[in-house]
Amino acid sequence: MNTTSMLIAGFGGQGILFTGKFLAYKGLVEDKEVSWLPSYGPEMRGGTASCSVITSDTPVGSPIVSSPDILIAMNLPSLDKYEDSVVPGGKIFVDSTLIDRKVKRTDVDVYYIPATQLASDNDMPTLANMIIAGKVLAVTDGFSDESVNAALKKVISAKRADMLETNLRAMTIGAEN
Amino acid sequence: MSDKVLMKGNEAIAEAAIIAGCRHYFGYPITPQTEVAAYMAKKMPKIGGTFLQAESEIAAINMVYGVSSTGKRVMTSSSSPGISLKGEGISYLAGADLPALLINVQRGGPGLGGIQPSQSDYFQATKGTAHGDFHMIVLAPCSVQEMADLTVKGFDLADKYRMTTMILADGTMGQMMEPVSLDYEIAPPVEKPWATTGTKMERKHNIVNSLSLVPEELEKLNFERYERYKKIEETECMYEEYMMEDAEICVTAFGIAARVSKNAINEARKQGIKVGLIRPITLWPFPKAPYKAAAEKVKEVISVELNMGQMIEDVKLATECKVPVTLCNRAGGMIPSPEQVLEAIKKAAKGGTK
Repeated sequence: MNTTSMLIAGFGGQGILFTGKFLAYKGLVEDKEVSWLPSYGPEMRGGTASCSVITSDTPVGSPIVSSPDILIAMNLPSLDKYEDSVVPGGKIFVDSTLIDRKVKRTDVDVYYIPATQLASDNDMPTLANMIIAGKVLAVTDGFSDESVNAALKKVISAKRADMLETNLRAMTIGAEN
Repeated sequence: MSDKVLMKGNEAIAEAAIIAGCRHYFGYPITPQTEVAAYMAKKMPKIGGTFLQAESEIAAINMVYGVSSTGKRVMTSSSSPGISLKGEGISYLAGADLPALLINVQRGGPGLGGIQPSQSDYFQATKGTAHGDFHMIVLAPCSVQEMADLTVKGFDLADKYRMTTMILADGTMGQMMEPVSLDYEIAPPVEKPWATTGTKMERKHNIVNSLSLVPEELEKLNFERYERYKKIEETECMYEEYMMEDAEICVTAFGIAARVSKNAINEARKQGIKVGLIRPITLWPFPKAPYKAAAEKVKEVISVELNMGQMIEDVKLATECKVPVTLCNRAGGMIPSPEQVLEAIKKAAKGGTK
């Protein structure tokens, strides 16, 4: 039995929910059971947003992630809020452009990715989220173009097909960082 | 598996309703169910259906009454305070024996309350939706797949028994995405000889009305309606049992509370505690049989709810108070954690609450 609980958190507008949707679809195209649950408070652009994603070999119980195996923190309030909730031995991915402090926990693996900086350097300012997602896959499942592409096709509508290539490139940048 | 798509619970309800032949939707926006209306607004005009954002919930439910009178499948959706507003119209639907599908994606109350998930409209849905003697069939989904499945089933039941069916969901069920497969064989439409479809000068007028001023006649209508309810109680109860075969402790919960409870039960089993789950899928009719059986073998029943203890009353009735029934709950938009449920299970295992 293999279940992975992920919590993705940051500002509204950073593509938090999209990242979660991508990770959920990646599970789905790999024939896993998945759930995706957004925070749906009165958040909007500039406020805080988070989303719980679970992928599992067995049916997902509660879709609420309170102790994540993987935390993606894309701003300081999110790291402050969720750092302690990560399971011992879990992984924390930090956008180190926007978060200037280090993770205090010593019982987790931490990955610092200057995602926002990388995004702006590579002329894809809105894709810091996918740069981090690329890193997450590289560290966890292994990064394969095939399943990433299959999942991207599910989350990017046909009308925006030109974004497929850019998203894949962002993820590759993250994976190689 | 490849035909599965990820959908929000609210969207799954809307798409399933369309598949079930619903072409008329009336509603008024309210979090956390707005995606139902948004989906309908997008889809209905493309398939020759009607999406109408009414001026209020009260208007919307009366539009439902109107369309249902013509024999067409019709639905509305709202969240807790909005359902209270629809109460009067729901009673009129019951009085006129009209089928319709109602969705309540519950949020914390009372009053305007909050927008986070809740199950505090259990009493309202199963016992006191509005004035007069009547029931709705109440279905409680616990996954996005069930949000869709029970929508299709809900229309069938409503038509079959000429009454309203309510899907009693909550904010998590509405907002979460899960894989869903929408592959249904839709039963042919039920004949509705009572519908007001125009006589073409070939038959007597059909009149759909809930007014009945002669008490003897009104009593007869009530008695007849309750005969129908009795039949529904005998034939339409639905529930799921999980690890109940050898259970010494029974957890019971519906909707999201059942999902959380399963996590706790799996953990308790790892620790050697024999515990199982009864999950009612129909909240009315309430499935009494599994509780009656459980009362003969378990030492405690724990009712896990997102309210101050509502379903627990039906559980006590169904177990005929033969075993202690305790409450494990959060309220106001909070959700019990698996750890909280596990603690309750451990306490029961020690016999601490007897």
